[in-house]
Amino acid sequence: MRALNRKLLRDLRRMWAQSLAIALVMAAGAATLILGIGAHDSLSTTRAAYYEANRFADLFADVTRAPKQVVREIAALDGVAEVTPRIVKIALVDLPGMVEPAAVQLVSLPASGHATLNEVYLRSGNRPQAGHNLQALVSAEFAAAHFLTAGDWLSVLLNGRRTNIKITGTALSPEFIYLLGPGDLMPDPKHFGVVWMPEAALAASFDLDGAFSNLAVKLQAGADPQKVMDAIDVRLKRYGGTGSYGRKDQISHAFLDAELMQLRAMSRVLPPIFLLVSAFLVNMTLTRLIALEREQIGLLKAIGYGRREIALHYIGFVTLIALAGILIGFVAGAWLGRGMAELYARFFNFPFLVFSRDPSIYAIAAGVTLMAAIAGALRAVVQASSLAPAVAMSPPAPPRYQKLFNGSINFNRFIRTSSIITSRHLFHWPWRTASGILGTALAVAILVGSLWAHGAIEYMIDVSFQKAERQDASLHFTERRPISALYDARHLPGVLRAEPFRTVAAKVRLGQRERRVAIVGKPSDVELSRALDVEERPLVLPPRGLVISDTLAGILHARIGDGVELELMEGAQETLTIPVTGIATGYFGLGAMMDLASLNHLLGEGPSISGVNVAIDENKSSALFAALRETPLASFIVLQKRSVKRFRETAAQNITIMSTVYISLAAIIAFGVVYNCARISLSEQGREMASLRVLGFTRAEVSSLLVMELAVMVVLALPLGWAIGYAIGWLVVHGFASELYRVPLVIGKDVYAYASLVVLAAASVSALVVRRRIDRLDMIAVLKTRE
Amino acid sequence: MQPLPKATPPTQVFHVQGLSKTYRSNSIEVLALREVDFSAAAGEFVVILGPSGSGKSTFLNIIGGLDSATSGDAWFLDHQITKLSETGLTQYRREHVGFIFQFYNLVPSLTALENVQLVTDIARSPMKAAEALELVGLAERMDHFPAELSGGEQQRVAIARAIAKRPEVLLCDEPTGALDSKTGVQVLEALLKVNAEIGATTLVITHNAAIQDIADRVVHFGNGRIVREQRNAKRKPVTSISW
Ligand SMILES: Nc1ncnc2c1ncn2[C@@H]1O[C@H](COP(=O)(O)OP(=O)(O)OP(=O)(O)O)[C@@H](O)[C@H]1O
Ligand SMILES: [Mg+2]
Repeated sequence: MRALNRKLLRDLRRMWAQSLAIALVMAAGAATLILGIGAHDSLSTTRAAYYEANRFADLFADVTRAPKQVVREIAALDGVAEVTPRIVKIALVDLPGMVEPAAVQLVSLPASGHATLNEVYLRSGNRPQAGHNLQALVSAEFAAAHFLTAGDWLSVLLNGRRTNIKITGTALSPEFIYLLGPGDLMPDPKHFGVVWMPEAALAASFDLDGAFSNLAVKLQAGADPQKVMDAIDVRLKRYGGTGSYGRKDQISHAFLDAELMQLRAMSRVLPPIFLLVSAFLVNMTLTRLIALEREQIGLLKAIGYGRREIALHYIGFVTLIALAGILIGFVAGAWLGRGMAELYARFFNFPFLVFSRDPSIYAIAAGVTLMAAIAGALRAVVQASSLAPAVAMSPPAPPRYQKLFNGSINFNRFIRTSSIITSRHLFHWPWRTASGILGTALAVAILVGSLWAHGAIEYMIDVSFQKAERQDASLHFTERRPISALYDARHLPGVLRAEPFRTVAAKVRLGQRERRVAIVGKPSDVELSRALDVEERPLVLPPRGLVISDTLAGILHARIGDGVELELMEGAQETLTIPVTGIATGYFGLGAMMDLASLNHLLGEGPSISGVNVAIDENKSSALFAALRETPLASFIVLQKRSVKRFRETAAQNITIMSTVYISLAAIIAFGVVYNCARISLSEQGREMASLRVLGFTRAEVSSLLVMELAVMVVLALPLGWAIGYAIGWLVVHGFASELYRVPLVIGKDVYAYASLVVLAAASVSALVVRRRIDRLDMIAVLKTRE
Repeated sequence: MQPLPKATPPTQVFHVQGLSKTYRSNSIEVLALREVDFSAAAGEFVVILGPSGSGKSTFLNIIGGLDSATSGDAWFLDHQITKLSETGLTQYRREHVGFIFQFYNLVPSLTALENVQLVTDIARSPMKAAEALELVGLAERMDHFPAELSGGEQQRVAIARAIAKRPEVLLCDEPTGALDSKTGVQVLEALLKVNAEIGATTLVITHNAAIQDIADRVVHFGNGRIVREQRNAKRKPVTSISW
């Protein structure tokens, strides 16, 4: 090995702690990049493979009841490749030992032998046997939550009639990768599942012989989906079609899209922060190293080493650090990736998970990390290689420090003198001080930018479920009923208050922008399910016009007073222009509301409702649930309180996992930055400190020089970090906001405090580590060496 | 390096004419060298004396290719040093010049042997690093780090490093400046031995007038000029001098 390379390795070994600190920051950058891109690729490849294998449809449409002949008509449409008609319904199930009602999505299985879209994936057991109508497959997660296996019986309220069905196996489906019960906020396999039954059984129960209620459509390659949807809508309108929709409005697909979007956002925010900080660290460390090695550089030049060789020597030094960082990053990235995959397995029901090990991801991560390292090194390396040999041989002139305060203050106390030394030192290296402050600030920012989510979710819950949707439960009827159903509901046991609602599928349009929404009609004097204005005060629905959620308003660019086009998909199926009379706050989905009476009027129907919101006397809830199972009133029941609880638990779990990751990442940055700054400072001021020790100053006094410098840096970094963290929060909110949900940017004081504490702790640890070095400072050796 | 037309007799290793150097820092101008003329023959051992600040190091640095002149010419054999580019200078130093400095300038993280290897790694036809150390009597201390060597030993490592490439010229700037008389003599012995064995033209800057007796020729610098030169008819052996 060449002697110069040997020097490089020995330098690295001597500076291992600093090098490792830098390598760790780089590793964090590489790991988050691998995790972000890798998880994104894994998820999208898995989804694509699953869709392909199980023939996930492109378009979907619901109808009340359409005869099967229509299918042939639609299959013949231009651009349509394949059509699968199905019966899709929701039903309550009776589970032994469960007080709260659970519901299932019923999906018909065509008579065997027929290829279908949205093919189920058999997890265990078998499909129902031909001719056995009362057999079914159940979704795997639901089966697991209730310990159901093939051979067990499940009691389902088929159109209000209790029916015992034999389970023949468990299954998954590409349309239920993310299975969300109606009105739920998180998947809850204990309370919601899917039951696939022979078509004949469902047709008989729901009076759909020779008919269907749902259509899955596969498009030909290159077909214009909008054209096909319009054509389908025209044909299904008279059968109660509520408008066909694409994958983007299919719940499971949309949630996966949202997740993919978040991963993209993550891989755009986090890795750049780490790589920026590592470039800073490389720069300050290398600048110092080169200052210390001026004479050696001069010597190397004197004996005939050229600019290029000197430059390569220091680039090599940085490259080795970067390689260590990349290696650690690879391992950490793969490990975190596996953790992420496990998290996915919990929320998403995939039959398999293609964990992307695409070498190009690793190559990108390595390349980007190396580039950041070399970019950080560049200035120092150019400096080193262009040092004139003769100049390099003579030691650098002592840095000329600036006099502060004109020297007019009489500093006769050590503490004053030391603060002068500290501030002069900080001011003498403005770039390094600035990098140190910014680096530490970024550690604070990562924490502020991630830890606020917990508080924000609590805020979301508070607004959505304490102030707006205050009902304990929503009973959704199987079909629209006259207003008298409200009085039936009021007489159910345990119901303290009942308020009606009507939901209607509709399209809202303004100019070119259009969204499918469910218009909710409510009486104006509701107490339970209230609309809130943008200031979160209850908003009384005006007798005329439409109130839309702020998210929808944002999408449509609609303001109060604008006339929007409303295409009702039920009743008279009219298209009319209606003014926006209010904008409501909402974090979940796209909402639109109007006065119940005026909605019914628009539909051209008498006073009818699709469900009731109820307040329940907790002590009588089991009696209520029992009664609901007996009466064929509701097809499913949303339990808001339980849904919130589930949401909170799951969110808390996720946040705990993510916070641990973010806290570790931030601690790595904070430690790396502070430790490197401290070591560099110590190397510059070692002599000064040793001299002070010789003069009789105590260890504590001497190390306070350094500790004070670090403290000033960290204290200045905190407010900057808070500001950057807020900006990251803002980016995250805008990067993560989807039409499914959005998170309000509320960052509590506790978040700032907590972030500051974590960083202060990491900084203190590195200060303590360096302090031990000061305590062991060999006075004689330091003074003897020539700087 | 561009082959340049021969302008000096081949026996002259160095030929310097009207060499001047002005340092400018801020508004202050320092005339370090004022029109110096100088030449040295192959194998000559020259001692340079002169008061501090008289321009000795500046002169040595320029003819060694470490620094550039403000005006004037300096030739090494048929290479015009004063016209060389940065790369040309690097190659000149790499192939022809051995430097020895007052403060040894060893790389602290490399052993004695490795410090010498720094040169043998890149030179054209070097001797073995161990051989060079043997030449200066340090064969047994090869694997020691600079911090484990005495000043004299470190300086001998520096000499080994300078001679390992078999340089045509050996430029020494106060090689004994930091050493006591006894070790200084050891170092000078090593230098003379090398001068004799590889025939390198040797220029030694010193503040130590006692050393002038061992030289072929003594050059006195004063205020940026060569003020006096003398040739020793008879060179004293190193062992007879002390300070
Ligand atoms: N880099 C520089 N910038 C400005 N002036 C310089 C520089 N290097 C040398 N000088 C000046 O040039 C003059 C000659 O310096 P030089 O180092 O050649 O002297 P010297 O004879 O070697 O002295 P000494 O015996 O003390 O080593 C001095 O006045 C010195 O201050
Ligand atoms: Mg000098």
